[in-house]
Amino acid sequence: METLTKTQAIQGGEFLIRETEARDVFIPEEFSEEQRMMAQATQDFIDKEITPNIARMDSMEPGFMPALLDKAGALGLLGISVPEAYGGLGMSFNTSMLIADVIGSAGSFSTAYGAHTGIGTLPILYYGTEEQQQQYLPKLASGEWKACYCLTEPDAGSDANSGKTKAVLSEDGQYYKITGQKMWISNAGFADLFIVFARIENDKNLTAFIVEKSFGGITMNEEEKKMGIKGSSTRQVFFNDTPVPVENMLSSRGNGFKIAVNILNIGRIKLGAGVIGGCKETVTHSVRYANERRQFGVAISSFGAIKQKLATMATRIYATESACYRAGQDIEDRIQSLIDSGMPEAEAKLKGVEQFAIECAIMKVHASEVLDYCVDEGVQIYGGMGFSAEAPMERAYRDARISRIYEGTNEINRILLVGMTIKRAVKGEIDLMGPAMAVGKELTSIPDLNGKDTTGLLAKEKGVLKNLKKAILMVAGKAVQDFGAQLNDEQEILMSIADMMIEVYAAESALLRTEKLISMRGETDCQQQINMAKLYLYMAVDKIQAKGKEAIVSFAKGDEQKVMMMGLKRFTKFDAYNVKELRRSVADYLIEKNVYAF
Amino acid sequence: MKILVCITHVPDTTSKISFTDNNTKFNSNGVQYIIGPYDDYALARAVELKEQSGGSVTLLNVGGSETEPTLRKGLAIGADEAIRVNAEPTDAFFVAKQIAAVVKEGSYDLVLMGRESIDYNGGQVHGMVGELLNMPSVSPVMQLDLEGDTAKVAREIEGGKEYLELKLPLIAGCQEPIAEWKIPNMRGIMTARQKPLKVQEAVSDETMTSTLRYELPPPKSGVTLFQPDQIKELVDALKNEAKIL
Ligand SMILES: Cc1cc2nc3c(=O)[nH]c(=O)nc-3n(C[C@H](O)[C@H](O)[C@H](O)COP(=O)(O)OP(=O)(O)OC[C@H]3O[C@@H](n4cnc5c(N)ncnc54)[C@H](O)[C@@H]3O)c2cc1C
Repeated sequence: METLTKTQAIQGGEFLIRETEARDVFIPEEFSEEQRMMAQATQDFIDKEITPNIARMDSMEPGFMPALLDKAGALGLLGISVPEAYGGLGMSFNTSMLIADVIGSAGSFSTAYGAHTGIGTLPILYYGTEEQQQQYLPKLASGEWKACYCLTEPDAGSDANSGKTKAVLSEDGQYYKITGQKMWISNAGFADLFIVFARIENDKNLTAFIVEKSFGGITMNEEEKKMGIKGSSTRQVFFNDTPVPVENMLSSRGNGFKIAVNILNIGRIKLGAGVIGGCKETVTHSVRYANERRQFGVAISSFGAIKQKLATMATRIYATESACYRAGQDIEDRIQSLIDSGMPEAEAKLKGVEQFAIECAIMKVHASEVLDYCVDEGVQIYGGMGFSAEAPMERAYRDARISRIYEGTNEINRILLVGMTIKRAVKGEIDLMGPAMAVGKELTSIPDLNGKDTTGLLAKEKGVLKNLKKAILMVAGKAVQDFGAQLNDEQEILMSIADMMIEVYAAESALLRTEKLISMRGETDCQQQINMAKLYLYMAVDKIQAKGKEAIVSFAKGDEQKVMMMGLKRFTKFDAYNVKELRRSVADYLIEKNVYAF
Repeated sequence: MKILVCITHVPDTTSKISFTDNNTKFNSNGVQYIIGPYDDYALARAVELKEQSGGSVTLLNVGGSETEPTLRKGLAIGADEAIRVNAEPTDAFFVAKQIAAVVKEGSYDLVLMGRESIDYNGGQVHGMVGELLNMPSVSPVMQLDLEGDTAKVAREIEGGKEYLELKLPLIAGCQEPIAEWKIPNMRGIMTARQKPLKVQEAVSDETMTSTLRYELPPPKSGVTLFQPDQIKELVDALKNEAKIL
């Protein structure tokens, strides 16, 4: 019987083995009038305060960035996630993602904003005591105080828990004295509050502290000379016997690394959302330029080679945006159900995100790579002007590059997301083993040629998607079987599996969004979305095939390899579309609208 | 101090304009709507005046239910309540009649609106409302300050400014730099929904104009650049191609 209630809530990582119903995903077209108005107000803020002043921002005009943060604070943009009781707005997770999304087009400001509202504020929000929250959150939500986050050290980057910064308890037991060197600290130049990770004695794990600038003993190097986001303050910070009252310890001793990891989970999916605005802006600039620039007597937007780029950019953005808000809502739903079951709000928020840590890592990698793709093609569409600092693409290209590095490099995130999936399976939190065994059996059986009903709209695509998941289960299942815990040493294979998972998640999200949108608007009004969902699936199949092959030949031998290769072929079987026509259709729509219009 | 701000619901300035029904109707398909930019200045000044000297700001729009998001944006910016006269704003006179009725009914001290809307750019409504109510009406106003029941106003005139002093009640068509346009803050957006938005029917259906058809300007043709040493070619082109010499 049809039921209108949500199907049983999906678990993190479960997308690999479960079919999701379109009605169960959230799509950006469902944002309310109020959320849209907030997004528009944020865009107005960028158009009014940042875009006309971008040179001032990127030349680091003294006081400019903190003043921007003040203005953002006055609009309420710094308190989106902070509960009303602490001077914020207490908005939903997906609303905070939407705001980060819009701010994504604001270059250096986007980093300053993320560092302040994300890694700077959230540790206190989620781990602070009542007193700490009362004391600091209202100041951070209003922008009166600016925050930064000091985890990375010269010798501790990806291996963050290896930091050497020390915290030594004073003789009277009143405070810790923190000593050490931190590096690459965003917002350091003007921060009033530092979240600092340090080690007490020879603890295995770090401890986190809330450090006020006024505690003293804090010095800094000059601003780093960077490739991009030049307007964002990035400095080395030195703590020299900085006295920090014991009550400023965040959470408990030795819990710092856990804080860092959990805050990074949120940071990752937020970064995913936080590049979307930049991606869309890149397409808008590109299509406008292509419509204006004439060569050989016509606008360059009339060339197939340019259309191909515009359509692929839009398609990848469409997919990453679909996936981001889908994951965001899954997280939000989980948070709500944990709160409903009696868990305190802050804890529920952390747990909700933690359970979708796989999706958070997927979004970080996918979105940051879509952004890099877009700015790269953006430069290309601008031709020589793309290389000129006079036009917007040059800065966009430089600014984009950091996204693949911070919040955990994309390599670390790829390794993590596969590792977490396997861990969840081993713990029995998601049943990968059953479906993986079934795929193993299917490999040695005769293919079912009767086929399923593929006549419905997007039914064929959903069938393809189902098979793609089997391809992943086949490769990952065999790799786990062969290597066991040693799989960790086979990073190349992990990278391939990660890519396959990422592509499936993105392709599925684009399909589900399209299906839901059709149910809302009807098929005729969703033609381009249908085209993009198909195009994305086409690209995903290609990539999954290539990555699957790379993984298989890296470890399977002899007959086993043959069987797996045949399996891969079967699971990636796809009656290709005329992608040229699909792309042209998407591109023509963009060209007519003269803006990213989805 | 009771201030009424009349706002229009107009296509975003980057919208592509097209027509349907044999060029007799504007094609609103896919068009994004905003508060008229001049009205935005009027609203910003109204909110400032309220902050300085108290009182209330009421928004008014003549339009269908699709304009309500625009009204709610105005509420988010700082107006206290909104009125929507449920009717198509067919022409300036029709709209002026509706506004006049609302002003009379609510006895407002100050009626602010944009110098003109940016869709049809008529710029007539403030004058008509003034006539209908026998109140002074000034436009385009670039500066407006209140001292008791006196308004000190600066108006743009050809090549300069005119400074006026008027007794309230007063109608003003506003333009920049009367105030800096305001971005609604997040809290304002969250509270906008709780503010009253009253819908009332039109008081008359009298119009004075009817539209025969619309025409788009001819598409811009390309530009030919001449270097300083190409004077002869330039003159040539002006004579033979542009045929304006
Ligand atoms: C502009 C900017 C702003 C930043 N802001 C902050 C901030 O506000 N606060 C903060 O604490 N930090 C910040 N960082 C630091 C950032 O998080 C680190 O640079 C990042 O985590 C990578 O560390 P690393 O630079 O030491 O690189 P490394 O860890 O040395 O990595 C170098 C390369 O080796 C790879 N690698 C490392 N370990 C592994 C592994 N186990 N397996 C496979 N590959 C591996 C990496 O993927 C990378 O390709 C910022 C950095 C920059 C550039």
